[in-house]
Amino acid sequence: MAGHSASLASASAQEAVRRALTGQRINLGQVWFQALLLGCLVVALGILVSLLADVIQLGGGMLVERGVDFLTSNTSSNPAIAGVGQGIFGSLLIIFFVVTVAFPIGIGAAIYLEEYARDTRLTRLLNAAIRNLAGVPAIVYGLLGLGIFVLALSWFTGGRSVVAGGLTMAALVMPIVVITTAEALRAVPQSIREAGFGVGATKWEVIRHHVLPYAAPGIFTGSILTISRAFGETAPLVLAGGVLGGFAAPPGKGIVETLQGPYTALPLIIFNWAREPSDAFRQLSAAAIIVLLLIILLLNGAAILLRNRFERAW
Amino acid sequence: MTGATLTPKLSLTDLRGTPRRRRHEAFVRATFLAAAGTSVLISLLIVAVLIGQAWTFISQIDLSTLVSDGWLPRRGRYDLATIIAGTIVISAIAMIIATPLGLGAAVYLSEYASPRRRRFLKPIIELLAGIPSVVLGFYALAVIAPSIIQPLCGSNSLFSMGAAGLGVGILITPLIASVAEDAMHAVPLSLREASYGLGARKRSTSLRVVIPAAVSGIVAALILGVSRAIGETMVVSIAAGAVGGSVFTINPCYPGQTMTAAMTALATGSDQAQGDALGFPSLFFVGLLLFGVTLVLNVISERFVRAFRRAY
Repeated sequence: MAGHSASLASASAQEAVRRALTGQRINLGQVWFQALLLGCLVVALGILVSLLADVIQLGGGMLVERGVDFLTSNTSSNPAIAGVGQGIFGSLLIIFFVVTVAFPIGIGAAIYLEEYARDTRLTRLLNAAIRNLAGVPAIVYGLLGLGIFVLALSWFTGGRSVVAGGLTMAALVMPIVVITTAEALRAVPQSIREAGFGVGATKWEVIRHHVLPYAAPGIFTGSILTISRAFGETAPLVLAGGVLGGFAAPPGKGIVETLQGPYTALPLIIFNWAREPSDAFRQLSAAAIIVLLLIILLLNGAAILLRNRFERAW
Repeated sequence: MTGATLTPKLSLTDLRGTPRRRRHEAFVRATFLAAAGTSVLISLLIVAVLIGQAWTFISQIDLSTLVSDGWLPRRGRYDLATIIAGTIVISAIAMIIATPLGLGAAVYLSEYASPRRRRFLKPIIELLAGIPSVVLGFYALAVIAPSIIQPLCGSNSLFSMGAAGLGVGILITPLIASVAEDAMHAVPLSLREASYGLGARKRSTSLRVVIPAAVSGIVAALILGVSRAIGETMVVSIAAGAVGGSVFTINPCYPGQTMTAAMTALATGSDQAQGDALGFPSLFFVGLLLFGVTLVLNVISERFVRAFRRAY
């Protein structure tokens, strides 16, 4: 009998200890904390949803109604006929400069810094300089564009021209290209290079046939993100001579005249319309934002998919 | 003896390959070196252009105009305190919004979210980070200003530093979340397991183990956020108003001017002083200030990141 009650007591003690250790009481502090954290995330995402909803509500109707006409029309002070055609054209030309100027130089610089340069003080200084360049506010690059491409090199660029804007944007994204490319190159294991050298390949042969193919998805993903960034960047173009109001392109111009002529870009048009007080321009602005966001979401989505598809664990 | 029999057969020059192949190698190397040199040249050009024009401004201007009642380039008054105060007010509002939101989201993603949920949520944060600032400027003016700032301040003006500050805050939230999450995610699992082994709950583990271990990365994220907020241009240009210059104010209900917005206003011509040739060099002077401040912040942030890397 006594033994039984003792074992009963110890059983209830065991139960008490078990209960205390597993913490079956709901700990309100824990729940609150987790809810608070989730709340932060939900608010951040909620803003994204609200932004999209507001923009679509404001500009969606007009965009559907005008359709292709909105995408091809010139800018105008008359909201009924104003469109983003010149902006899309200007943005595409700027991307052309980014792709043909910033990509080769940036990728080349990254290959030199990662594959050729020895780890000296100078190399580390160069790396630090490029990382810091990537953190310089975009508008400061606009000053570079204004001071050098618009004014000092006006004999070549034609002043406030799409060449000046494109080169400014190329200078802006170049450090980003270097950093993303260097990251992709660094992710290729050293053993791949050593295997190449082991069978007698030269440095360039190893890079060309082994390192670059493995780094290509990473470089490509970075490039797409860079293009998306260049599409949305506004401030440097404001300084580097992008036209905010409307401008008429005289008919029958050649390639040189077009490149040296006035330009605008999709985000510049949004900037200009957003400041107009009238509701009609607010709707136009929202419609242009839908176009810009579609382009950027498409590019970023492609980059994320590409990264997930080709992500490789060595 | 054996060495003597081998040396005449193979010398070092035999191993260097054909001249054609070596020339090709040297050419490729020189090309990449030139590319690296170009990107360095650009950074030197930026500094040279900024300093050159800023010096023109400083040497020609009557220094007393740098301290007056407002930033009014059209009237030749360049009160630096006005645009610096505007920058500080807007960055402070942005950080008040972005710090809790960004860090909270980071802790959730790193510590609480299941791997599946994390794989789904992280790209969305990145998409949010990809939204151009001009779009957030429009959002700040068209949505935040009428629905939050105007009722709060009871003002009629659509333009205010408050709306711009909130817009910038939304802009830098994903940046802070993403960098801080990376830092927390890099904290070794063994630290968490040790904490659980001592009977700590998830919250205590997050707050007292993971966050202190990742603190340098978190600080770096916050400094990057400040640096980005100071350099942010389009949100302020659109939503803060004060296109034709601004008098000194630190009230977020009023329109104001930041260093960046002062530059776009000068460049778009609305502030362009026709008779006054100093409007143009003043742009570069403000740009140099901005460049200096963000450079210092970025260097400090990088120091913190490096300290973090050394720890693990």
